[in-house]
Amino acid sequence: MSSETVISVEGLSKKYILGQNKAGSGGLRHVVEDAVRAPVRWVRGEGRKAPQEPNEFWAVKDVSFSIKRGEVVGIIGRNGAGKSTLLKMLSRITEPTEGRIGIKGRIASLLEVGTGFHPELTGRENIFLNGAILGMTQSEIRKKFDEIVQFAEIAKFLDTPVKRYSSGMYVRLAFAVAAHLEPEILVVDEVLAVGDAQFQQKCLGKMQEVSTEQGRTVLFVSHAMHSVKALCTSGILLNQGRIELRGPINDVVAAYSSRAPRKEGQSTLASNRSVGLTLVSATLHQTETPGTLVVKAKFQLDRPIPDAGIGVHIETMAGFELCYLRPETTGLRFAERSGELNVEFELASLSERLGAGTYALGLSFHETNWKCCLDRTHVGEFVVPSLDFYGTGYPPKFEKDGAVVLPVRLITSSG
Amino acid sequence: MFREASPTPLTNESEKDFDLWIEAGRTEKHYWRDLWRYRELLFILAWRDVAVRYKQTVAGAAWALLQPLFSIVIMTVIFGKLAGLSSLGDAPYAIMVCAAMLPWQFFSNAVSTASQSLVNNANMISKVYFPRLIVPASSIFVSLVDFVISLAILAGLMTWYQFFPTWRIVTLPVFIALAIFAALGPGLIITALSVRYRDFRFIIPFIVQFGMFLSPVGYSSDLVRQKFGEGWLLVYSLNPLVGVIEGFRWAIIGGDARFFSLGTCLSLVVATVFFVIGITYFRKTERSFADII
Repeated sequence: MSSETVISVEGLSKKYILGQNKAGSGGLRHVVEDAVRAPVRWVRGEGRKAPQEPNEFWAVKDVSFSIKRGEVVGIIGRNGAGKSTLLKMLSRITEPTEGRIGIKGRIASLLEVGTGFHPELTGRENIFLNGAILGMTQSEIRKKFDEIVQFAEIAKFLDTPVKRYSSGMYVRLAFAVAAHLEPEILVVDEVLAVGDAQFQQKCLGKMQEVSTEQGRTVLFVSHAMHSVKALCTSGILLNQGRIELRGPINDVVAAYSSRAPRKEGQSTLASNRSVGLTLVSATLHQTETPGTLVVKAKFQLDRPIPDAGIGVHIETMAGFELCYLRPETTGLRFAERSGELNVEFELASLSERLGAGTYALGLSFHETNWKCCLDRTHVGEFVVPSLDFYGTGYPPKFEKDGAVVLPVRLITSSG
Repeated sequence: MFREASPTPLTNESEKDFDLWIEAGRTEKHYWRDLWRYRELLFILAWRDVAVRYKQTVAGAAWALLQPLFSIVIMTVIFGKLAGLSSLGDAPYAIMVCAAMLPWQFFSNAVSTASQSLVNNANMISKVYFPRLIVPASSIFVSLVDFVISLAILAGLMTWYQFFPTWRIVTLPVFIALAIFAALGPGLIITALSVRYRDFRFIIPFIVQFGMFLSPVGYSSDLVRQKFGEGWLLVYSLNPLVGVIEGFRWAIIGGDARFFSLGTCLSLVVATVFFVIGITYFRKTERSFADII
């Protein structure tokens, strides 16, 4: 029944210990060393206790929620918000440090496409291998084999080793196997970020079929807000390991998108301590001229950086990089600076260059010789308004026409 | 949301509301059932390893025969001819060595490939759930396949020397099972340790090298009794391979090979102890494999 709870998460937390110098992550030598040093410490009166763990990190902290049968839940949040850790705990790959999860029914997870694919084996062989790894029985796979091959569109290359496949074929095959899993609960992480737009659409359709027509419970992690909105009924917004919002998907996506990247408790967006550079904040805002975006960024430079420049990265919501405007190309640069640096720049005529839709913007910072000293940092999303570029009454849309808009003109057509 | 009940309704017979509880330190109720459910994966992983291993080699699967064959020849020449050790009864020295070399090679292959199996499949471990025991078990299965292939050497030698086995040969599967059992314990312990301490990649070759001389491979355990006496023979039998190898000789060579029963029992006990420790330690650590691998 629809009111039946199939997943119950209570006070779930996961702690990781960072750093190398611990027996937990180091080699045998540290264990031997510790064993030898223990009596010495004891004689010195330092006590038998090991020194305090200095680098504890709670990837997920005190998370509780429940999911009902047939719900399709989108889990969203920035990188490092704890999404993947949460999914790993749900799929029993890693154990929680605290709290517990109750699961009713068979659960299957798809955290990566093509896990266990072996490059030397043929497509046919890999279907059986991958299927078994994902928990299907051989008879199940045999039953679905034709469907899988058809979905992946690789019938011709079925007996070719997958190391000869193009990356697109590889991903298609991998997703096809996973898409034909039939668990009662399906956990999916960011797998649609691969493959071309058309195939992404196909995958999304398949997921929709799984969730709405077959009534399965789905947990779906993605950065692609349009996919999340299209697929999910409700959502969970995670921030720094905690639940920030749990509710209808539109509310959760709205909260995620409108939220300025800067949050309390996290005073800056990114920093590189060795250079003494911090990206304090960044805001995106669309001007009254349609298709123009103004970006304001505030940096803090602890020491002078000569020949500084800013790189602009534009990505699809699925994480595919469309362009990387490097400072040496664009001239988005300034003479030696230190202290607080406020940068404001404009991206214009977006509708004439990009299909209507939502895109992600990232910034990077470069110093002398264009060495990157602050890697691409996601600062926000922006919407490209639709524009009837070709004058046909059909403005190019990202979802249908792709990201790039190019002028095209008929020269001649003869019979 | 108003939806019909799912086409495969869940049985809700148990008092508890959920089928599965995931919690820190919880031993899984369904562990063995899960292991059984994933049994196909064991064979598929084994098949993958066999299918891939001899790709791009000239000799191909012949390597499964060549390796033990060379070892048998060397052992026979060194111990039988140079050192002039006597064989068991009228069995040719080569057959006596072969009867021990095959289980030994199985054991050492099983332990060394199993120990690296999880590390080699790290990607799978960190992305998919299945009982981790499947991975080392499947590499032990691969070693078993090699072992079965290498039985052809034994058959070849027997034909060459016109040496025919007695009825005891039919008991061989029992000793093969014993060899698998003996390999599982140390195999699992070292596998679990290797995930955390990569040092074992370097330790294993030593263990394998010394282990061969500490096991009655190139000589018979009778030699130990003759040189050191009964007392030391018992100490020597603490090596679980002693029981396995003596069993193989007893089954293959027949009449003259002593089936050293006290030693065999002792080996069996030690193997059981290793097995229990292996399973316990593996299960205790496997929950954290994904975090540290």
